[in-house]
Amino acid sequence: MTMLNTLVAVCSAYALFLFAVAFGAERAALRGQATWLRSPMVYTLSLSIYCTAWTFYGAVGSAVRTGFEYLTIYLGPSLVLMGWWWILRKLVRIGRSQRITSVADLISSRYGKSNLLAVGVTILAVVGTTPYIALQLQSVTLSFEVFGVGDIATGEEKGHTALWVAAGLALFTVIFGTRNLDANERHNGVVMAIAVEAVVKLAALLAVGIFVVWGLSGGISGALEKIDGSPLGQWQIDGGRWAGLMMLSAAAFLCLPRIFQVLVVENDNETHLRTASWAFPLYLGLMSLFVVPIAVVGLEMLPEGSNPDLFVLTVPLSQGHDGLAVLSFLGGFSSATSMVIVAAIALSTMVSNHVVMPLWLRFAGGGAKVSGDVRHVVLLARRLSIIGVVMLGYLYYRLSGGGAALASIGLVSFAGVAQVLPAMLGGIFWRGASRLGALTGLTLGFGCWGYTLFLPSFGAGVFLPESWVTGGPFGIFWLRPQALFGIEGMDPLLHAVFWSLVLNTGGFVLASLASFPAPLERLQGAQFVNVFEHSTGPRSWTGKVAQAEDLMVMAQRILGARDAQLLFEREAQRQGKHGMLPEPTPDFLETLERELAGSVGAATAHAMVGQIVGGMSVSVEDLMAVADETAQMMEYSARLEAQSQELARTAAQLREANTKLTRLSVQKDAFLSQISHELRTPMTSIRAFSEILRDSTGLSPAEQSKYASIIHDEAIRLTRLLDDLLDLSVLENGQVSLNLREGLLSDVLDRAVAAAAADEHGARLRIARDAVAEQVWLNTDLDRLSQVFINLVANTRKYCDAAMPELEIRVCASDRLTIDFVDNGSGISPEAQDVIFEKFSRVSDQKAGGAGLGLAICRQIMRRLGGDISYLPGQGGAAFRVVLPADIAVAAQ
Amino acid sequence: MSKRVMLIEDEPNIIEAISFILSREGLAVETHSDGTTANEKLRACRPDLLILDVMLPGKSGYDILRELREDTATAELPVLMLTARGQSRDREMAERAGVSAFMTKPFSNAEMLETVRALVAGGA
Repeated sequence: MTMLNTLVAVCSAYALFLFAVAFGAERAALRGQATWLRSPMVYTLSLSIYCTAWTFYGAVGSAVRTGFEYLTIYLGPSLVLMGWWWILRKLVRIGRSQRITSVADLISSRYGKSNLLAVGVTILAVVGTTPYIALQLQSVTLSFEVFGVGDIATGEEKGHTALWVAAGLALFTVIFGTRNLDANERHNGVVMAIAVEAVVKLAALLAVGIFVVWGLSGGISGALEKIDGSPLGQWQIDGGRWAGLMMLSAAAFLCLPRIFQVLVVENDNETHLRTASWAFPLYLGLMSLFVVPIAVVGLEMLPEGSNPDLFVLTVPLSQGHDGLAVLSFLGGFSSATSMVIVAAIALSTMVSNHVVMPLWLRFAGGGAKVSGDVRHVVLLARRLSIIGVVMLGYLYYRLSGGGAALASIGLVSFAGVAQVLPAMLGGIFWRGASRLGALTGLTLGFGCWGYTLFLPSFGAGVFLPESWVTGGPFGIFWLRPQALFGIEGMDPLLHAVFWSLVLNTGGFVLASLASFPAPLERLQGAQFVNVFEHSTGPRSWTGKVAQAEDLMVMAQRILGARDAQLLFEREAQRQGKHGMLPEPTPDFLETLERELAGSVGAATAHAMVGQIVGGMSVSVEDLMAVADETAQMMEYSARLEAQSQELARTAAQLREANTKLTRLSVQKDAFLSQISHELRTPMTSIRAFSEILRDSTGLSPAEQSKYASIIHDEAIRLTRLLDDLLDLSVLENGQVSLNLREGLLSDVLDRAVAAAAADEHGARLRIARDAVAEQVWLNTDLDRLSQVFINLVANTRKYCDAAMPELEIRVCASDRLTIDFVDNGSGISPEAQDVIFEKFSRVSDQKAGGAGLGLAICRQIMRRLGGDISYLPGQGGAAFRVVLPADIAVAAQ
Repeated sequence: MSKRVMLIEDEPNIIEAISFILSREGLAVETHSDGTTANEKLRACRPDLLILDVMLPGKSGYDILRELREDTATAELPVLMLTARGQSRDREMAERAGVSAFMTKPFSNAEMLETVRALVAGGA
């Protein structure tokens, strides 16, 4: 009992000492003398919360049970610090630039500020850390028990001890961790106290080790002999389990909430990582140095059945070195308390930030903004969370019976928190990682871990029915928690780690690939993955004049020089200052921000002012808001541009239509004018001669007959003209219906020549034809084709100026049918060749009574028949080529 | 000595009609049907009146009229212009070119005769 009282007194004194250290450190930090507090050594020592009571006491126990396997727990983190320092550096940089407060915050922030993810990781962390806290309670309880042997006998009282320890630790943590609400969640005092505890536990372990080696074994050689002689030396190394445990402890080192707290959140200088990368492995090495000698000596000197997890205490005690035992006890106590304190702080930050505060803001807080009220709520939430977390640990301790070996409890916890690893590493190295992926992976991994490791760790029958463990749930054999998918004989821990991480990573990758991240997620992803390109070191502004000047420069850029100067001058006058530059008071900043917002949008204005005045980095929300505004402006201007393009297009179309109309109008005028001319000319003769016949007396019969026939001819000319006009109109409008018939080309030509011969000049024209070539069967509108031929023959009759006019009709059938009409006249001038197919074009000066519509009609007809007509230059005389497509020529019969 | 009228027209039947009407009135009618050589013919012939068609092969009636108004020998010559394109624009162009009288085809023989009489008398 005396011993126990001494211990309680020592613990209390130690706690007070730590409190003083923490208090002093915080005071020093407030006074700005934090340089020595924030040295790389303190940072390295604070990392030693990795070494909990589990490693302090349990390493020796582990060595007794499984030989050198305990080393894996030290090798994992050493591997991370020496080999994966670039991951740590990235984590630290991201943590700083994104103001990350916890693992949950990191994951949530990376995947688009998803609160669901934050809650998920928080639950995972709480559940994963609970066994670990239970472990600390157990070790402290056990160590008390060692000193009070005989005093504490029953399990009931054992539980009481654990409860007292838990309550004490909770109180300790509440006092330490929530003395004030630090904006960036840094705890100078705690970190300092942790560093001191790190020294205490190392010193204690080294002291026991030195005592064992030099005090009990007679030096190094003696110790080595003892090791060789003990069963420890005979342990075989199981390669698979070694590798698995090493990877597991490395993964856990990255994911453990308390490690993240000191490694990332409490870090204030990236370069400290460089020191830690060699100093922390060295620390771990020293911690593990005497584990084997202590184990060997313990096995040798203590009675059979002694708990090897307590050799560190029991060996000095058995030799009567109470002082050393108390030091050793303090080392274990330090290990346990530092772990619980930091873990509880880290967890309470998560719980209050991601669970309590969102709930409180939704249900109780209403529209509450950041004010004193909320600070109290936050502090209260933190304190309650700490108590809750520690009590959960106590509950686990009671439920698990407190009997399991320390090391195995620790590994359950490691495997739980390691589930965060895929989402974490994926998040900082893979831009394609998505919220859905993280959620899927975490859920699968966590579920699998819970089913295969966590729930069974309570022992069969506590949470999982015994029948499930042996026969599978509902008799499904391949779903047995410790032999998933029928894989048997695997170490239960490795089995759980393997399946949970495989399902986790697989789910994470597949769901990420299958889903498309939201904009905020993509932005955050880019910021995390490319953190070294985006972030710079923190910047600070000193001197208010510099700020005012910078504000002025910025305002001038945005508002224009005159307006900005006016604004600043007015404010300076209002403040009663001379000159142009006012104090950047909050009021003025607000005014300025409002002015700027009018030009660049509220979010941009806020970000710009914030950057100059606060020297603070622009938050992601600010950036998003800026991006939104920019996107809106861009969209707006794009719309304007589209509208003006549309307008320009419409105007161009209108102009074009107008030009076309004008052209059509001119054409119509010209056409009407032409028709008028063509109609009036014969009518003039008709009227003049009819008046002569009516009014003149004494006309000779010959004169009367001549004038009457002129009237007759001109009337016929008029009729023909009207016929042609109607014909052309019908052809041009496409209203013509073709009368398709079969017939010989020679027959069509015969008819055309005969019709043209009816003309009064007929006798003079000689026509040469090729009877053989003309034997082509056609299937087309033979009347229309004949009309074309008649026109061509008649034209030759009218216009061929040769003394002995001759027309040659050549027929050639190849891929198409061509019929050429070539005369022996002087031909048509090149300029005229271009226009002869136009309406009312007449080439010859010689009056032949045509209105100039014939060839225009011919061209229209040929196009309707699917062929064409064109002038054939270079033939000597006038030459026209009629072309018919091959498909209307049918095979000769 | 009878007054001489020159008729520049390319339509044979109209030439015949006008020649018939004017010779009945005792006027000497000289005809020409090509636009390009019209002005030379005019200078050689020196008529008392010119009856000019607008649409002529080679050269339009307007061009012939403008050219003869620039020539001092024919600047004062009375000119009656005939056109079959009965649009107001044609009349304006004729007046701007310096026409003395303007008639649209088809015309009444009596009206034509009256106009010719007036022009020949005024020019004498």
